[in-house]
Amino acid sequence: MKDNIVEIKGAEKDFGVVMALKGVNLNVERGEVVLIIGPSGSGKSTLLRSVNHLEALTAGNIHVDGTPLTGEGADIRQIREETGMVFQDFNLFPHMNVMENITLAPIKVKGLSKKQAEKKAGELLKKVGLADRAKAYPGQLSGGQKQRVAIARALAMEPKVMLFDEPTSALDPEMVKEVLDVMTDLAKGGMTMMVVTHEMGFARAAADRVVFMDEGEIVEVAPPAQLFDHPQEERTRKFLKHIL
Amino acid sequence: MAEIAQERATKISIHDGALLPVKGERRIIDSWRITIAFAVMALVTLVIFAKEPYGQIFSVVVKGAPLTFGVTAGAILGAVVIGLFTGLGQIARGRALRLISGVYVELIRGIPLLVQLIFIYFALGRLFQLDGLPAAIIALSICYGAYMGEIFRAGIQSIPKGQMEAAMALGLTRGQALRYVILPQTMRVVLPAIGNEFIAMLKDSSLVSVIALRDILRRGREHVSRTFLSLETYALVALVYLIITLVLSKLVAIMEDRMNKHEG
Repeated sequence: MKDNIVEIKGAEKDFGVVMALKGVNLNVERGEVVLIIGPSGSGKSTLLRSVNHLEALTAGNIHVDGTPLTGEGADIRQIREETGMVFQDFNLFPHMNVMENITLAPIKVKGLSKKQAEKKAGELLKKVGLADRAKAYPGQLSGGQKQRVAIARALAMEPKVMLFDEPTSALDPEMVKEVLDVMTDLAKGGMTMMVVTHEMGFARAAADRVVFMDEGEIVEVAPPAQLFDHPQEERTRKFLKHIL
Repeated sequence: MAEIAQERATKISIHDGALLPVKGERRIIDSWRITIAFAVMALVTLVIFAKEPYGQIFSVVVKGAPLTFGVTAGAILGAVVIGLFTGLGQIARGRALRLISGVYVELIRGIPLLVQLIFIYFALGRLFQLDGLPAAIIALSICYGAYMGEIFRAGIQSIPKGQMEAAMALGLTRGQALRYVILPQTMRVVLPAIGNEFIAMLKDSSLVSVIALRDILRRGREHVSRTFLSLETYALVALVYLIITLVLSKLVAIMEDRMNKHEG
């Protein structure tokens, strides 16, 4: 039996003006790295944001490590504790320094002592290559550094799944690599990841499967080499021609 | 860059009757400088060079300054607390909370401050044995709390949506997210606006003279009734208010400037 950590069943999201998700089914196995690609408006970000309930589904359900998002036994906060999220715009807290950004949730949500949280944060900062920036404020960091802090902040909660919503889209080109390197390390370390991105290099290096979405539906799912080199669907082919 | 635009967006400016120097103006002669120079010169000429009766009037009138500042300071604290809850109520998810704070704002904004003051002191004061000072502070707090609520609402809503999302995604409750992430940022954003409210309130505090509190204006009126020097006395009263207000508005402008520089 497969060990699914994220199970998405019949996910629908109706924004009123547009149907962003039209019944999406997707399972992610523990330790798997799944990339979600697709044109803008295809519903890929909505799908990702549904996993930790930043978007509420209109119909369908999602389980994260057995905990459902809606219905009996639903526990949204539990799910949010177990999923880390990295945003396109970083969303660091500008009034807190790097250390405070990372330790806020472990202290307030997990009840860690300040000392424990800071020790852990120090290790994570070393991991993302920013050990010397603990006292800096977000406004003093480059985009790439901000995003690496954001990754460390999410990891500090020791999540079972990491969600990345276009993590490199707001970055200047020369900073994309430093963030992707951290993400690749993370993937190699066995972290379960769902990533919305168009970074094909990262896809080939780190992804187990690539999901192509269009108009609120999953069109095709395949390992990166197969999906990029031998797409089965016409819509996939068309999209890949645009971005490659 | 997206992130810079986002950080710049967390700024609101609310203007009222307080004389605020035009932002970015860096000339030697600006309207603020002309006015303060005129006011200070007039005061010095009258009080120090012309002496009587101005010296005496001045010493009487400034005795009201502690009360004017005391009422204003007490009421601004009350108004900030009320405004914070009103602002939070306005953006609450519960409809009842939104309605309650909405009705409060409509009610208070629809009644002149002078009427509120008289109502609280002469009508409610009879019932609850309120003295003049608490009545004045309560009336000003309630009145300005409604406006302050709007400032806090705008301030909270000026914080990018991603901040709340990031906090919630980390597992914080909505209350924790507000307390640790949203409100500290809101405070910084609304500080200049609160400074402006302080100035407006200091001017409005002259209304408390109708309920027998001996503020700057009241001291002046008492002096006039003794000496019949109405022109001389009220001219000095006006000058004292003018100088206080001008100095405070400059301080607020400097504070705004500093914050703009520190942004990001």
